[in-house]
This record gives sequence, structure tokens and C-alpha cells, in this order.
Amino acid sequence: MPLAELQQSSLPTSAGSVGGEGKSDLPPVANSNVTEKSLRRNPGDFLFKHFTMLFAAVVFLLVFLVGFEMFRGSLLSIEKFGWKFLATTTWDPVHDEYGALPFIFGTVVTSLIGLAIALPLSLGVAIFLSEIAPRWVAQPLSFLVELLAAIPSIVYGLWGIFVLVPWMRGSAEPFLSNALGFLPFFKGPAYGFGMLTAGIILAIMVLPIITSISRDVFRSIPNAQREAALALGATSWETIRIIFKDAKSGIVGATLLGLGRAVGETMAVTMVIGNRPDISASLFNPAYSMASVIANEFTEATSDLYISSLVELALVLFGLTILLNTIARLIVWSVSRRFRAA
Amino acid sequence: MKSFTRFLFLGFMTILLWSLTAAQLKLNGAGATFPYVIYSKWFDVYSKKSGVEFNYQSIGSGGGIKQVTEGTVDFGASDAPMTDQQLADAKQKQGTDILHIPTVMGAVVVTYNFSGGVKGLKLTPEVLAGMFLGEITMWNDPKIVAVNPGLSLPELSIIVAHRSDGSGTTSIFTDYLAKVSKTWDQKVGKGTSVNWPAGLGGKGNEGVAGLVKQSDGAIGYVELAYAVKNKLPYAMLRNKAGNFVDATFDAVSSAAAMKNMPDDLRVSLTDADGKESYPISGFTWLLVYRNMNDKGKAKALVTFLKWAMVDGQSYAKDLYYAPLPKDVIKLCNKKIGAISTE
Repeated sequence: MPLAELQQSSLPTSAGSVGGEGKSDLPPVANSNVTEKSLRRNPGDFLFKHFTMLFAAVVFLLVFLVGFEMFRGSLLSIEKFGWKFLATTTWDPVHDEYGALPFIFGTVVTSLIGLAIALPLSLGVAIFLSEIAPRWVAQPLSFLVELLAAIPSIVYGLWGIFVLVPWMRGSAEPFLSNALGFLPFFKGPAYGFGMLTAGIILAIMVLPIITSISRDVFRSIPNAQREAALALGATSWETIRIIFKDAKSGIVGATLLGLGRAVGETMAVTMVIGNRPDISASLFNPAYSMASVIANEFTEATSDLYISSLVELALVLFGLTILLNTIARLIVWSVSRRFRAA
Repeated sequence: MKSFTRFLFLGFMTILLWSLTAAQLKLNGAGATFPYVIYSKWFDVYSKKSGVEFNYQSIGSGGGIKQVTEGTVDFGASDAPMTDQQLADAKQKQGTDILHIPTVMGAVVVTYNFSGGVKGLKLTPEVLAGMFLGEITMWNDPKIVAVNPGLSLPELSIIVAHRSDGSGTTSIFTDYLAKVSKTWDQKVGKGTSVNWPAGLGGKGNEGVAGLVKQSDGAIGYVELAYAVKNKLPYAMLRNKAGNFVDATFDAVSSAAAMKNMPDDLRVSLTDADGKESYPISGFTWLLVYRNMNDKGKAKALVTFLKWAMVDGQSYAKDLYYAPLPKDVIKLCNKKIGAISTE
């Protein structure tokens, strides 16, 4: 009984002293001691630490400022159109009426086509590079894939106009409308310029990003995993399936990063998309993307509301890319942390 | 060591002084891209002759007007005259009038492409407007056939190509369509970018030319200079007097000669009177302040403009611009005389 009493009375007090006073008092004291000491002993270190911190803060500030400036620039259009800006389809600089929906539609659809084509291709390449290919094949091949990412987008655009567009008009689109013409996606005249062509160009541009990131994700999976699967009698196909399961969220991250690239692509898209602010089901039809219309019209935009609407379009695009990149980073982090823990 | 520092200091001061004196003779300008080729020729030839330096940035007509209004340049350039509202804004901000000085003329031609190799197409204003409105959709439309009795026009759908970027070329072309077609005026209007009722958009002259070259049965509009340099076929247009005219330099100059010039020289030349006049042409202007703060700069600018009206005009034809008619030059010289240099 006295023992229990002792325990009961002593426990709260000890807990209080550790949790309450100790936590609030001790660290700051220790901290100021350390900084004072290090400042006395080594002012260079102190300065260096704070300077680098300042530089890091500049990055944050920059992103914030860009967003803020765009918001300020688009106030006029936000006041005038409100949420309607995102939902109306007329873009008429002569009569000062602006609606962003066709551009959002064009950006989203072409990016999704790009991803739909690029994702299976890139995963195939990545698996081949990390799991199957011998070193002497894998090394030059990964170099080539990374080279694809280094080609400027205007070059892709020119290639699109002179090679891809005639081929799409002459062969691919007639073939598709013959074979799959019963679907609403493959109807109408074959211009060659349109959402499908833009999507294919985007697929080629996004391919190196998804490939190289998902290859790294595959490589980050511990070899023990593979050895275990093989030791249990799995074939190499089954082993790859197991590894694939582990890499799933990393692949999602890679895909979202690729999507971010596709959403922001300007030059190559504007050269092959046909630049018409239309919403239509057929992928053969011309459309327009947010980045393209900003690049095309900003230099000659004169009325204040016109400029403001273009800036608001940029704000929408900025928000979309930030959102996608954040999601991608979170997913990639979560997968790499899981493997580090394991 | 000491003498070295002194040497550095002296060198630095010399450079500073030199750059200060040099800066006094530098004229900054910004604006239209269309006359960039002849302006850079003029600036090059003239600065070798006189020692006055020019810094011209071809950022687009809209940008030129904006910079002149804000007073960040010594002169601006534009393919479309400033509106009354813009002039009032500029006067309020800069405290002085802005003068429009025409420098050269350009024309917009209608280029087309048939795989059958049809040449010598003729168009009336009604047919042209009908095509760009999307009302006339086939090449064998009776309205087109009626104007071209000698040609065997195929049963082919018309693919309309227009500029996707804001430009002075579009401004002149839509100004013409708005004059000749009531429907166009009400539905679309005129401006550097408009809400196109039909067709595909291409970036720049080269983008439109690319669309036209790539698509069988396409029609589009480009600058005369671009069409001549790239040997594109272009249509003869029926002018106000009822004659079909080819876009030659003389036909363009004739359009300006026939026009009654208003006092401020802000005038549209489209759909001009005169038997020989080509109907889609226009001036390009330099925008200068009547009263500049820096009188040295004002003097240099005035002598340059006078030179451009005499010697400068001789460079025009070689660079595919139409020179100003004599009567217009007289009016320009009078206007240049109004710039205050005292």
C-alpha cells in the first residue's frame, strides 16, 4: 500500500517535470549555447549556415511571388468573369469575352493521350533496362533515352509538322477511322493537325522522363526481393511482376512528373495541334492548349482585360502543374521511405 | 601593387565615361515585327553614316504601343495605328502627343494549295469572306466557279488557315474582311487576334504557310514579302473598282496614293479606291513623341526620319516592302517637322 502510494504520487510529478518544464526549457538553452560557441569559435560556419538558409528561402519566396504576381495580374479578369472563366467556351479578343474551358480541355486531353501512349512504352523500356538487358546493351540504351529528353521542343515541333502530320493525315488517321470509326473519337476529316498528333508528340517527349525515373525506382528495389522470388521458384516473368508491385507507387510518381511536363509543353504542341479553341469528341479535330494560347497571344494583347485573362490562364496552368508535381513528389517520397525502412 | 590598383581605377573610370558619352547617342525603340528587316537595315546603314546608335526590339505592335505609352523607349513601332483611347492614355502619362509616321507599306496576300496544281486563282471579297466565315466549304462551290471560269476546280473541301499568334498581319486582313462583309463585321470584327469562325491556326507566317503547303485544298493569308520570298502562289483579288489585281509593289503603293490622308496619318488602306490598287495593304508606323525631354535625342531622331523618307525608301523594294508614294512622303516630312527639337 505505501509502495503504491509512493508510485502514484511520484509518477505524475516525474512525468510533469520531464514533459512540461524540461521540454520548454532545456532545448533553447542548449541551442543558444551551441550557436554562441560556434560563432565564437568559427564565424565562417555560422555565416555559411545562414547564407545557405537564405538561398533556400529565396526559392520559396520566388514560387510564392510568382503565384502572387499572377494572381494580382489576373484580378481584373477574376472580378469580371469569376468562376465562369473556367466554364465558358468563347475566347473573343475583339469583343473582350474570355472563357478558358477549350484550352483546359485541350491541355488535359492531349496530355492524357500522351500519357496513355507513353506509359506502357516507358515501363517496357524501364523493365528491360533494369531487369533484363545485359550491361553493354543497357548503358547505351539509357544514354539514348536520356538524349531524347535533351532534344529541344521546337525540333520535335518541326519534325511533327514535316513528318508526323503528313503521315497522320495520309495513313494513320484514315486507317483509324476505317477500323475504329464507329467510336466518336475517330470521326471527321483527317487534317493531320489535331489532338491526336499533339498527343503523340507529347508521348515522345514524356517517354524519357517516365522511363528514367521508373528505371531508378526498379533499381532501388533491394536485390533480396528478386533473389527471394527466384529462390521460391518464380520464373523471371513472375519475378518482374512481384517487383512491379513493389514499384507501383514510384511509377505513379514518375507518371505524374511526365504529366507535368506534358501539361506545360508549349512550342511543339502549338505547332501541331491546329490552334482552334474547340471542344469536340473526335481526336482528329484541332484544339488549343493553355500554354500555347499564352505564348501565341501575349505579345500582341493590348486591352487590359485581355492581358488579365491570359495571366489568369497562366495562373490556372501554374496551379495545375504545382498540384501534379506535389502529388508526384509525395508518392515518390513515400515509396523510397518504405524501402529505406525495410 | 599600388600602381596596379590605380591603373585599374583609371581604366574603370575611362570605361564609365565612354559608356556615358556613348549612351547619349543611343535611341531605343520597340514594336512591330513586320518592318523589322528594313528597320535593321536602316539602323545599320544610318548608324555607320552618323554615329547614332539604335537599339530596336521587335516585340510586336501591341508591345510597342505599350512601351511608348509607358515612356520606356524613345520611339515605338506598330502595324496598326493607336486608337483614340490609347492616344489619350499616352498623352496623360507622357504629357505630350504621339505622332504617327508611316515608314513603308506591306500587303497581305491570300495563298492557296491544290495538289492538282491549279494556278491563277481569282477571288472576290464576298467569296473570300465566305470562305473564312466557313460558309463556303467546297472548292467547286458555284460562287468560286463563277469567278474562275477558266479553272477546273476540284471537289475538295476548303481548309482555312489563319495566324494563331496576335499580329499586325491579322489586323490588316480582318480590317479588310470587316469592310467588305457585314456578317464578318458583326460576327467577328477586326483586331490582332480574333475569334475565328473556321479553320486551323499556325504560328507566324511560316506556321500558316506550313499549314497551307501541307494540306490539299488549303487557303490562308501571309505577308506579301513572305509569299514572294518563298515563292508561294497567291490569288488575284477584286478591288473596289471591280478589277482583279495582283499584289505587286506598284499596286500596293497605288492604294496609298489614292487615299485621302487624314491629318494625323492614321489611316487604313484596305479596300482602297483606284483601278490599280491592291485591296489588302497597309502602312507600318513609327510612333514618336512630339516633345521629347532629351533634345539631343529628338534632333537625332528627326534627322534619321528625314533620311528614312529619302534615302531609306530606296532599300524597300529589295527587302520586299512597298515604298511610300511621293505625296505621302511630303505629308510625312511635314509631320516630322512638327517634332520639337528646341
